[in-house]
Amino acid sequence: MQHYLEYLQAYGGRFVDGTLVTIQQTLLAALLAIFVAALFGMMRLSEKWLIRGTSIVYIEFFRGTSLLVQLYWIFFVLPLLGVTFDKFTAGFVAVGLNLGAYGAELVRGSIEAVPKGQYEACHALNMSYYKRMRRIILPQALLLMLPPWGNLLIELLKGTALVSLISVTDLMFEAKQINGTTYLSAESFGTALIIYYLMARVVVSPGMRAFERYWGKKMGRI
Amino acid sequence: MFEGFELFPKFDWKWSFAFEILPRLLWATLNTLLAAGTGYAIALIIGLLFALAQRTGIRAITLIVREIVEFIRSTPLVVQIFFIFYVGPQFGIRLSPWTSGMIAIGLHYAAYLSEVYRAGLESVPRGQWEACKALNLSMTRTYFRVIIPQALPPALPGMGNYLVGIFKDTPMLMVIGVTELMHAATALGSTYYRYLEPYTMVGILFLLISLPTAFGLRRFESFVAKALGMRK
Repeated sequence: MQHYLEYLQAYGGRFVDGTLVTIQQTLLAALLAIFVAALFGMMRLSEKWLIRGTSIVYIEFFRGTSLLVQLYWIFFVLPLLGVTFDKFTAGFVAVGLNLGAYGAELVRGSIEAVPKGQYEACHALNMSYYKRMRRIILPQALLLMLPPWGNLLIELLKGTALVSLISVTDLMFEAKQINGTTYLSAESFGTALIIYYLMARVVVSPGMRAFERYWGKKMGRI
Repeated sequence: MFEGFELFPKFDWKWSFAFEILPRLLWATLNTLLAAGTGYAIALIIGLLFALAQRTGIRAITLIVREIVEFIRSTPLVVQIFFIFYVGPQFGIRLSPWTSGMIAIGLHYAAYLSEVYRAGLESVPRGQWEACKALNLSMTRTYFRVIIPQALPPALPGMGNYLVGIFKDTPMLMVIGVTELMHAATALGSTYYRYLEPYTMVGILFLLISLPTAFGLRRFESFVAKALGMRK
């Protein structure tokens, strides 16, 4: 125990630095994922085959290959095609685009799960597409998709650990560096595991549950 | 942030190079498939143990196993791989990259699969258990003749998704030097200093395997449901 406290005293600061980078990566990737999921999820439901097809290709492509492959492709190959990102941006872009594809399926599924009668009522009230989506369908769909989004955000948080492989100095990267200089592997990777666990279990899950409750109340369901 | 855009400045796909490295990538693909298969087999078994441990009826065991499953599910696989690979030697246990990779992937997906098993078992109505008891069926007959045939069809989609999931997570094994597909592509890339072809081909190989597998699994699900008489 004494030994571990000394270890934390020596390297705690670097774990904090790494955690901050992981939090930045997670937030930026989450914003991108939500945007991508909303866009492609709605496109997936379009009546026009070109729009629907584009969305299907995007979703199947990003779900059919690994996040790690996509990350390396964006970082090493995209510059050859003329699009160059620095490593920090490449990191959250890859994670966001990948998890966004999974999110798009959640968006599609939850919109489809809104009862048919709601659509018919909108028609009967002569609502426009835009108004119908914004006022009736999407608020109900959001309530349905929030629980799986909680899981997806934890997957996203875990996904950001991979950006350390293109040398973004996140939590995982710091753990690896400290392990490399001290050879205290149990302490280094153990601390990283615990921090990831706390972020998922103490921040993301309760946060999402609170948001679910808030939205449920707003919708008059609780 | 965004460092520049020119239209295809250095884009020169070389077919000759692509064909030259194809055999090596295909060999590495076999390793990837082997890793995914082995990891999945381990995950299926340990996942079952996790799920059954939560059904023992002893509260302490249920709570501890639940927390272990939660811990494994909410921490990154790549950190777990490093942990298992590097922590062993600190205590005098040396594991090969291959072994520690299989343990890490197996444990990680066991946590996910235990949830799938649990949901499947819970989807069987209570009345079925009570009927088995009323008919004085043995534990084995209860499980194999009544419960599992009903629990399997709802669990299959989840099990199939995680098979594809394991396959897509095997590239992470390259961080400890398992020579799977991504490792081979990176090695080829740094040898010839060309990343365009290797990484693009890895992406295509992944698509070529995961999409048909996902499709085949859908077919398999409906086949099993029919074979078990759960659906006409």
